[in-house]
Amino acid sequence: MHPAPSVIIFTVLSGLGFGMLAFLGIGVLDVQGVAAFMPFAIAFTFAVSGLIASTFHLGNPQRALRAFSQWKTSWLSREAWLSAATLAVMGLYAINVIFRESTIAPLGWLGAALAVATVFSTAMIYAQLKTVPRWNHWLTPVYMLTLSLAGGAILAQQTAAALLLLVCASVAQLLHWIFGDRRFAQQGSNIGSATGLGKLGKVRLFEPPHTGTNYLLKEMVHVVGRKHAQKLRVIAFVSMILLPIAIVATWPGSLAGTVFAAGFFVLGTFASRWLFFAEAEHVVGLYYGKHDR
Amino acid sequence: MASPNPTLDTSPKVSDEVRKTTCYMCACRCGINVHMKDGPDGKKRVAYIEGNRDHPVNKGVLCAKGSAGIMQVNAPSKLKAPLLRTGPRGSGQFKEISWDEALEIATSWLGPLRDNAPEKLAFFTGRDQSQSFTSYWAQNFGTPNYAAHGGFCSVNMATAGIYTMGGAFWEFGQTDWDRTKLFVIFGVAEDHDSNPIKMGIGKLKANGGKVIGVNPIRSGYNAVADEWVGITPGTDGLLILSMIHLLMKAGKIDLNYLSRYTNAPCLVNETPGSPEKGLLLRDGTGKPLVVDRKTGVLEPFDKAGINPDLAGSVDMDGATHRTVFQHMAEHFLSEDYTPEKVSDRCGISADRIRALAAEVARVAFDEAFELDQPWTDFRGERHEKMLGRPVSFHAMRGISAHSNGFQTCRALHVLQILLGTVEVPGGFRFKPPYPKPVEAHPTPHCKSQPKCPLDGPHLGFVRGPQDLALKEDGTPARIDKAFTWENPLSAHGLMHMVISNAHAGDPYKIDTLFLYMANMSWNSSMNTSSVMDMLTDKDENGDYVIPKIIYSDAYSSEMVAFADLVLPDTTYLERHDCISLLDRPICEADAAADAIRWPVIEPDRDVRGFQSVLVDLGVRLGLPGFVNDKGEAIYADYADYIVNHQRRPGIGPLAGFRGDGSKSGRGEVNPDQLNRYIENGGFFVEHVPEEAAFYKPWNTAYQEWAVGLGFYDKPQPYLFQLYVEPLRRMQLAAEGHGDRQPPDHLRQRIIDCMDPLPIWYPALEDREIDEDAYPVHALTQRPMAMYHSWGSQNAWLRQIHGMNPLYVPTKIWEEKGFKDGDWAKVTSVHGEIRVPVAHMAGLNENTVWTWNAIGKRRGAWALEKGAPEATKGFLLNHLINELLPPKGDGLRWSNSDPITGQAAWFDLRVRIEKSRPRKHSKPTTSSQVSPVGEGPTIVQKKVEA
Amino acid sequence: MTELPATTQRKLGLVIDLDTCVGCHACVVACKGWNTENYGAPLSDVDAYGADPVGSFLNRVHSYEIAPTGGGCSQTVHFPKSCLHCDTAPCVTVCPTGASYKRSEDGIVLVDESACIGCGLCAWACPYGTRELDQVAGVMKKCTLCVDRIYNENLEEVDRVPACVRTCPAGARHFGDLGDPDSDVSKLVAERGGFDLMPEQGTAPTNKYLPPRPKDRLTAQPVDISSLTPVAEEPKGFLGWLDKALEAL
Ligand SMILES: Nc1nc2c(c(=O)[nH]1)N[C@H]1C(S)=C(S)[C@@H](COP(=O)(O)OP(=O)(O)OC[C@H]3O[C@@H](n4cnc5c(=O)[nH]c(N)nc54)[C@H](O)[C@@H]3O)O[C@H]1N2
Ligand SMILES: Nc1nc2c(c(=O)[nH]1)N[C@H]1C(S)=C(S)[C@@H](COP(=O)(O)OP(=O)(O)OC[C@H]3O[C@@H](n4cnc5c(=O)[nH]c(N)nc54)[C@H](O)[C@@H]3O)O[C@H]1N2
Ligand code: SF4
Ligand code: SF4
Ligand code: SF4
Ligand code: SF4
Ligand code: SF4
Ligand SMILES: [Mo]
Repeated sequence: MHPAPSVIIFTVLSGLGFGMLAFLGIGVLDVQGVAAFMPFAIAFTFAVSGLIASTFHLGNPQRALRAFSQWKTSWLSREAWLSAATLAVMGLYAINVIFRESTIAPLGWLGAALAVATVFSTAMIYAQLKTVPRWNHWLTPVYMLTLSLAGGAILAQQTAAALLLLVCASVAQLLHWIFGDRRFAQQGSNIGSATGLGKLGKVRLFEPPHTGTNYLLKEMVHVVGRKHAQKLRVIAFVSMILLPIAIVATWPGSLAGTVFAAGFFVLGTFASRWLFFAEAEHVVGLYYGKHDR
Repeated sequence: MASPNPTLDTSPKVSDEVRKTTCYMCACRCGINVHMKDGPDGKKRVAYIEGNRDHPVNKGVLCAKGSAGIMQVNAPSKLKAPLLRTGPRGSGQFKEISWDEALEIATSWLGPLRDNAPEKLAFFTGRDQSQSFTSYWAQNFGTPNYAAHGGFCSVNMATAGIYTMGGAFWEFGQTDWDRTKLFVIFGVAEDHDSNPIKMGIGKLKANGGKVIGVNPIRSGYNAVADEWVGITPGTDGLLILSMIHLLMKAGKIDLNYLSRYTNAPCLVNETPGSPEKGLLLRDGTGKPLVVDRKTGVLEPFDKAGINPDLAGSVDMDGATHRTVFQHMAEHFLSEDYTPEKVSDRCGISADRIRALAAEVARVAFDEAFELDQPWTDFRGERHEKMLGRPVSFHAMRGISAHSNGFQTCRALHVLQILLGTVEVPGGFRFKPPYPKPVEAHPTPHCKSQPKCPLDGPHLGFVRGPQDLALKEDGTPARIDKAFTWENPLSAHGLMHMVISNAHAGDPYKIDTLFLYMANMSWNSSMNTSSVMDMLTDKDENGDYVIPKIIYSDAYSSEMVAFADLVLPDTTYLERHDCISLLDRPICEADAAADAIRWPVIEPDRDVRGFQSVLVDLGVRLGLPGFVNDKGEAIYADYADYIVNHQRRPGIGPLAGFRGDGSKSGRGEVNPDQLNRYIENGGFFVEHVPEEAAFYKPWNTAYQEWAVGLGFYDKPQPYLFQLYVEPLRRMQLAAEGHGDRQPPDHLRQRIIDCMDPLPIWYPALEDREIDEDAYPVHALTQRPMAMYHSWGSQNAWLRQIHGMNPLYVPTKIWEEKGFKDGDWAKVTSVHGEIRVPVAHMAGLNENTVWTWNAIGKRRGAWALEKGAPEATKGFLLNHLINELLPPKGDGLRWSNSDPITGQAAWFDLRVRIEKSRPRKHSKPTTSSQVSPVGEGPTIVQKKVEA
Repeated sequence: MTELPATTQRKLGLVIDLDTCVGCHACVVACKGWNTENYGAPLSDVDAYGADPVGSFLNRVHSYEIAPTGGGCSQTVHFPKSCLHCDTAPCVTVCPTGASYKRSEDGIVLVDESACIGCGLCAWACPYGTRELDQVAGVMKKCTLCVDRIYNENLEEVDRVPACVRTCPAGARHFGDLGDPDSDVSKLVAERGGFDLMPEQGTAPTNKYLPPRPKDRLTAQPVDISSLTPVAEEPKGFLGWLDKALEAL
C-alpha cells in the first residue's frame, strides 16, 4: 500500500492522542484545574490533528459528516462515531477537571473505554481488509492498541504501564512482522487465482493495461526493497521500543525523559507505520504481476 | 422488495441529435453515430461516438480508436492556420499566414513547374481515401510522380492477389465468416479490416470453428488462435510451399476446380529458344488454349461444353507443350519442399507442418458441403449446387513486407486455389468491385509534357516489359523508379524511395515535394534519422537539396516541422470525404457499398479540407478537369466534385442515389445525392443477388450484375493465374529476348526471382549481411488501440500505449541475463538504438519486436517534452533503411521486393546486448517547436449546456 | 446503504470469454466515452498530454502469458476486468457514507457520487482493482454496469446493453441475468465452465470468465495425418493418379 503521509500521521498521532486520553480518562492525573490543562491539551492536540490529517486523504472532505452514517457495517463510520464520542466525552470530562476541578470518574472511564474502542476501530479499518493479507489478522488491532496505549502511557508518565505496554507492543510488533511476512502466501491468492488461469499453467503478466500508472498502482501497489525494509525495521524497533524503555526506566517521571522517550517513540512509530503500509501487499498487485512468489 | 437505495434516472437523455458518418481513426471505415449535445454556447458539440448498427462494415461495433475519436477532434495538436516556415527546416518555427497567401505561394511554386517541367513536382499521399481524386489532380497537372503509400505498405499482397486471382485480402475480399470452419491467418497483427476480422473470429468461434495463427509473435489474433505457429520471419513461403507439396503429393487438391476455373490446364509453350518459351499457347484472338479431355482437341479456354484437361499436352513446333498443372506438379513435388527440408529454416517441426497440412486437407475435403443454389458458369454450364470448402485464409504485412513477399503471397493464393477455397462457400470471397483481373486494370503511364495532362493514369499493372515506366533512354521516368527493371510490377509506386532518390538526384532532381497525410520524416520513413538529414541537407549554394516542401496535415506531426508551407487540414468530423467504388470502397462480399464523411461539426480554426484545397489549386493553376474552356472553376469544392464529377458517363465518385435518387451504380448526376447519403446513415449498399454470391469470376449472374452497376462495361470472366505470364515475360527479357532489355546487373536477379510459379528465396538483406553478426529478427506490430503516430495525441489512447518496450523471447532473455526494467543496445547494419526491454515467452526464439510508431519526437503532437512517448518510446525505423547495405558496386540497391518494390520492413536483422538503464531511449532527436503549444493538464469533459 | 441486500431479484452481470478476447481495448474506451458523458462526474485525465498521464477508467485489459502445466508453448490471454458486482461485496460494507451500495433489484453495485467523500476505502476492500478514485472530482468511480443504458427508454431495445458489450468487436462480452439459470449467460457459463476470480476472497462475484479453450493440439496429441498419404511415390505415378482422378471427375 502506498504509505501516504496523511494516513501515517493520522494513525500515529490519533493513536497517541487516544492512548493518552485513555489514561487521562482512568484518572491517572493527580492534578486538577489549570495544571491539568497541558496534559489534556496534548492528548486532544494529537487526537484531533491526527483526525484532521486523515481528512487530507479524502477526495471530498467537505462531505466528511456523511461518514457517520454507516456505523452498522463500516469500521470507518464506527471510528468516526467513536472518535467523536471520545472527544465529546473526554472533552466534557476535561472541562470538569480543568474548569470545575471536579473529576467525574464514570465519565472518565467511559471516555477511556471509548478511546480504546476508537483505536480498535481504527485498527479494524485495516484488519478487516482481506485484500491486504498482512493486515487481515487479529494482530493488527493488538499492534495498534498496544502502541497507542504505550504511547499514551509514556505521555501520561505512567512508568510501569509504559514499560509493560512497550514490552507488549514489542511482542505485537515482532509478531506482526513475522506473521505478516507469511500472510500473503497463507491467504492463498496468487496470480493464478486472480486470473483464474492458474489451472492451465504458470501465469505471468505480459502487458499491463496501460503503460503509465493509475490510481490503483499509486494507491495500492508499493514495492519496498527487502534490505531497505529490514533496515527500517531495526530503526523502528530501536526508536519505538528500546530507546523509550531505556529512557523511561532510567528517568522515570522526568519531564525531559518523557519528552525524549515520547520523541523517539513517535519517530519509531512513524517508521513502523510507514512500514505497516509500505510492506502491506494488496492482492490487486497480482493483476500487475506483483507480489507473486 | 423496493430498493432502499437512491432513486436513479435510468433513462437519461443520451443526446440531442445523432449524426451518422464514417470513422477515420483508421482506414477500416466503420459507420459511426456521432451523438451531439448543446454546449454552453448553444452550439452542438460531439458528446459520444458509437458504432452504427446498420453499417455494412462494423454493424454497430467500434474499436478503441473509433470510440476515442472525440479526443482526436478535441486534440490540442490540431493545426490552426496555414503555416509558412520561418526557422530552419525541422525546427518547427513557423508563422501563421492566411489561406489566400498560402494558396498564392503554392501556385507560384507549382505554376512554373507545370509550364516547364511537370515532373519536378512529386506529389505523394499517405493513407488518404481519395486516391481516385488526388491521382486525377496529379494526372491533370501532368507530373508522372504521383502515388499513394501502398508501395511501402502492402503492395506485395495486393499485386500477388491481383496477378493471381484478381483480388486479395481486405479491400478486395474476406472470409466467408458464416460458413468457414478453419481460418488460417498469416502475419497479421490488426490489418485494415480491424473490426470485421474480430467480428469474424468471434462468429467463427461461436460456430465451433478453429483458428490457426502463423506469426512469430503470439498476441492479438494469434493469442486467440487455437494453434499458434511461431514461424521464423521471412520463411512463410517455404512453409506454404511445403504444405502445397504435401497436399499435392496426397492428391488433396480440387482437380475439378483447377480444370474449370484456373489456368492449370493451359499449355505452356516449350519451344526451345523461342521468345515465346514459357508463355501460354493462345489462339489467333489471344485466348489461351486448353486440351478438351473429351475430344483431345485444342480449344479456347472459354468454349462452351469443354472439359479442360489438366494432364493434356500437344506436340507442336518440335516440342511437347504441357499444361501448367504438369509444370506445377514437377515444381511443387520437388524434394526441396519436403517438411524435413524446410523445417529448420522455418523454425517449425516437420511433424507440425504435416499436421497443419493434414488439418487443412481434412476440413477442405472431409467437411465439404453444398449450398442449394443453382448458378450458371461462363461456359454456359448450369450447376445445381454450390460446393463449399470451409477453409479460409487471411494474410497481411507479415508475409508481404519482406523482399520475398510477392512470391510468398503468390504461394498463399496458389495454396487456396489448389484447395478450391476461393469464391466458394466457406472459403475466401471477393468484395465488389473485385474480382478484377489484371486485364481490367490500366497499365502505368508516365509521359509528361509541359502544360499537358499525363498520358493516362499513373499506376497500373504491367503485362510485360513494354509497360515499364522508362524514358526513351531507358532511364526511370519516375522519381521513385517504379515500374523499372529494379521492381517492374510496382503497382503502387515506391513512396519510401521518393525522398531518398530526390535527395540523391537519382534518377533526376525535383523542385517541389508535395506530401499529404504521411509522416514521412518519422514513422513512415524506413530510416528516420537519415531522412531527417536528407530533408534538411543543403547544397554547395546553401540551398536545400530538396528545394521546396509543401505538406498537408491536420495535426502537429513530426513531418510538419520539415515543411516549408503547411496546409492545415480538417479532422474527419469536419469535412466531406468520399469512400468511392472508383477507389477503395467499403464493400462486403455480399454487397457493393460506398460511403461519405460530412461535416458533422464546423471547424473552429482556420483550416480547410485538403481535397477542397486541391480543387482550389487546380483552378488557380488552370488544370484541365478543374476549369472549363473559359478558365472558370468546374467545381466549387470537393463536395461539389463528389456529386458532379463523372468518370464515364453516368459513373461518378458515388454509386448510390444517382439520377432521381433511385439509380444505383450508373445514373445521371443527382444534386441531392449527399443529402440522400446523410439520410441513409452516410453510406449506400446494393446487395449481390444470391445466385451471384459465389464463383464470381465465372458466374454469369455476377458478371451481369457487375456490368449493371458499372464496375465494367461488359462481362469479363477469367481464369485464376496459377502461372503468371507477365513474370515470365520479364524473365524472357532478362534472357535476352525483346528490345526492352534490363541492365546487365539485374538480369540474373530477374531470372531468379520472377518465376511464373511461386518460389521462395531468402530475404535480400540476409544475403548481404553476416547473419551471425546479426542473428536476431526484429519486427514491429500495430497496436490495436493506436493508429500509427496519430494516437499519441489522444489523451485516452496514449494512456494505453504511452511507451513501447522491445519484447525479447525467453531464449535471448535468459542468455543475456535480462531482468525487468533493463535496457538493451540493439544494432543493425544501419544503426544502433538503446531501448527498454520486456520479456515475452510466446515469441519465436530468434525474434524481438515492439509496437509500431509509439516513439515521438519531443515537441510534436502538442505533448509535453517529457512525455514518455519521447523519452522511453522509440522507433525501430532507425535500424532499417530504404537501401540495402552498399555492395561496393557504386549502385544504390533498394531494400524492396525485386518484383513489386514493396518496402522490406520486416527483413531487419539485429544484434542485441544488455546496456545500462537509461532515462532516455536513444537516439534522441532534437526537439521541435510546437506551432500549437502544449495540451492542457487536466481533461475533464462533459458536454453540458 | 452499505448493508448488502440479503438477496437480489436479479443478478445482472457480464460474462467475458477469454477464448475470444483479442485484447483490442475497445471495451475500455467505449466505457470511458460513455461514462464521461453519463452517470456522475466526467472521468477525468490528469497530466493528459504530459509526462505522467493518469486517468480514471472503469474497465481495463491486462495481458498474461501462461506456461502450460504439461509443457508446450506459451499461451497469451487478454484479460478485461471491470467491477464484478459481487454478491458479498466488501467494497460496500466498508463504505462509511453509504455512497457504495448494491441494488436489491438487480445486484448492481454503484457509488452515489453525491454522498462519496473519496476516502478510498472501498477501493482498498476490492480485491480486483476495479474502483478508481477520480483525481479531479474526488469521488470513487466504478463500473455501473451501464445502469443508465440497460433500462434507458431513450435507447432502442437492442441498445439497452452496456457500452462495452455493444462495442466489443469480437463478441467476447456477454451481458445478462446470472441469477436466472435459464438465461443465455447462465447457460454459457454452464457450458463453458465459467469461473470466478479469486474465489478465496469470498466475494461471490457475479461476473464470470469463460476459460480459453485447449490450444496447440496439433502437436500435443498424435495427429491423424492419414489424409496426407501420397498417391504415389514417383512423379510418374503422380501423373498416373492424375489421369485416373480426372477420369473419375
Ligand atoms: N490499430 C491499427 N490498425 C491498423 C494500423 C494501425 O496503425 N493501427 N495500420 C493500418 C495499416 S497502414 C496497415 S498496412 C495494416 C497492417 O496490418 P498488419 O498486416 O496486421 O500489420 P503489422 O502490424 O505490421 O503486422 C504484421 C504482423 O506480421 C507478423 N510478421 C512479421 N514478419 C512475419 C513473417 O515473416 N511471417 C509471419 N507469418 N508473420 C510475420 C508480425 O508479428 C505482425 O503480427 O494495419 C492497418 N490497421
Ligand atoms: N517500423 C515500421 N515502420 C512502418 C511500418 C511498420 O510496420 N514498421 N508500417 C509502414 C506502413 S504500412 C505505413 S502505412 C506507414 C504509415 O505511416 P504514416 O502514413 O506516416 O502514418 P501516420 O502516422 O498515420 O501519419 C500520417 C499523417 O497524417 C496525419 N493526418 C491524420 N489525419 C489527417 C487528416 O485528416 N488530414 C491530413 N491532411 N492529415 C492527417 C497525421 O497527423 C500524420 O502526420 O508506416 C510505415 N512505417
Ligand atoms: S476500425 Fe476503429 S478506427 Fe478504424 S474505422 Fe473502424 S472504428 Fe474507426
Ligand atoms: S468487484 Fe470490487 S468493486 Fe466490484 S463489487 Fe466486487 S468488490 Fe466491489
Ligand atoms: S470512497 Fe466513497 S464510496 Fe468509497 S468507501 Fe469512501 S465514501 Fe464510500
Ligand atoms: S458495463 Fe458499462 S460501466 Fe461497466 S465496464 Fe462496461 S461500459 Fe464500463
Ligand atoms: S472489446 Fe472485446 S475483444 Fe476487445 S478487449 Fe474488450 S473484451 Fe476483449
Ligand atoms: Mo500501411
